[in-house]
Amino acid sequence: MIPREFEYHAPKSIPDALDLLKQLGDEAKLLAGGHSLLPMMKMRFAQPSHLIDLGKIPELKGIREDGGSIRIGAMTTENELVWSKVLQAKCPLLVEGARLISDPQVRYKGTIGGDISHGDPGNDHPALMLALGASFVLRSAAGERVVPADGFFSGTYATLMKPDEIMTEIRIPVPPAGTGYCYAKLKRKVGDFATAAAAVTLRMDGEKVAQVAIALTNVGPTPLKARAAEDSLRGKALTDASIAAAADLAMKICDPTPDQRGDAEYKKAMAGEMTQRALRTARSRASR
Amino acid sequence: MAKKQAVSFKLNGKAVDVLVEPRELLIHTLREKLAHTGPHIGCETTHCGACTVDLDGMSVKSCTVLTVQCQDSEVLTIEGFEQGGALHALQEGFSEQHGLQCGYCTPGMITRAYRLLKENPNPSEEEIRYWMSGNLCRCTGYQNIVKAVQHAARKLSSASA
Repeated sequence: MIPREFEYHAPKSIPDALDLLKQLGDEAKLLAGGHSLLPMMKMRFAQPSHLIDLGKIPELKGIREDGGSIRIGAMTTENELVWSKVLQAKCPLLVEGARLISDPQVRYKGTIGGDISHGDPGNDHPALMLALGASFVLRSAAGERVVPADGFFSGTYATLMKPDEIMTEIRIPVPPAGTGYCYAKLKRKVGDFATAAAAVTLRMDGEKVAQVAIALTNVGPTPLKARAAEDSLRGKALTDASIAAAADLAMKICDPTPDQRGDAEYKKAMAGEMTQRALRTARSRASR
Repeated sequence: MAKKQAVSFKLNGKAVDVLVEPRELLIHTLREKLAHTGPHIGCETTHCGACTVDLDGMSVKSCTVLTVQCQDSEVLTIEGFEQGGALHALQEGFSEQHGLQCGYCTPGMITRAYRLLKENPNPSEEEIRYWMSGNLCRCTGYQNIVKAVQHAARKLSSASA
């Protein structure tokens, strides 16, 4: 399988990439790690006339802590997330999530920015970003804007990103020490997308929930923030009953597409189960 | 037709130049232009790992990399493993431990295991299974592949000790 013909461009800087994007307009697609776009091009689901490869732009890579936030270059690979000392110490949820993405070879090429901006509800970073309260830096020739993850995903393969913008950076507020976390993902096999998955961050105040965020993968047209489930837990003890009630509320917002991974009812049930597992694991990891 | 581009990279330590259409995939350049048919085409959909090569210190599926992306890169394929007539420890391991039956997945398995052992010279069985999970084998049931990687890990660590 070979993609349709296209012209290849490999800019060395963000301004050069933005110039190309402006000049080529709708004819161009940005190439990140290429592990969603190239397969789509091989299947002829995508047929851009120009590819702008962001892989030769050093300033789009790297992970650093800056004040209270972690800044991750959009072209940082999943494998780099997995091995990052900063993330292992300060944001282990992202490491746990990245370890569950596809397989080792794909993780050497796949990037966090590509995973987010593709807008595929089966991708894992969108829900992780919602659970972490992340925001995204989008740059165009006109300047830069920072948009929160919550509200960024507008539909299947649709985000707030404009055609003349490049995602340059992901910003994550450093979770306070003692924050519990978990990414519970059900997949049929290595390399598959989630049947359902739940990302949770949790802070406890003694036996009560001080703060909780719950986000779901692949059970709707976009990643879903389970707001009612979160609200039901705040200020309450985390018991079997309150966890089950929160999972029921999370299931209510699911609108999964039936496919070979299961019918809608099964996927909803699995979203509930993943929510329960993620909450229990997050509780065991949270300091009181 | 889109204009062809000249791409230069190192293949198993030797400089090579190729003239390719931008849409040409690395696996096709290796097999059809450079006569390196060790990396196999299995699924062509990034699943099976038979086309795995080492690209700038990363294991990649060469069916999902464009050759034009490889300018100035270093590529290692199974053809680069044997040195001076002596098998690499991984090749020896797969032979000694019966880590293959039909052999179709083996070049990808060995190339992937090479990078794994560079990053983690003494992996546990669980780690081998996790970090080799991008390579499928339909014959062995994986048991002897794990043993082959362990064999190579022991040999390489005793050689460097």
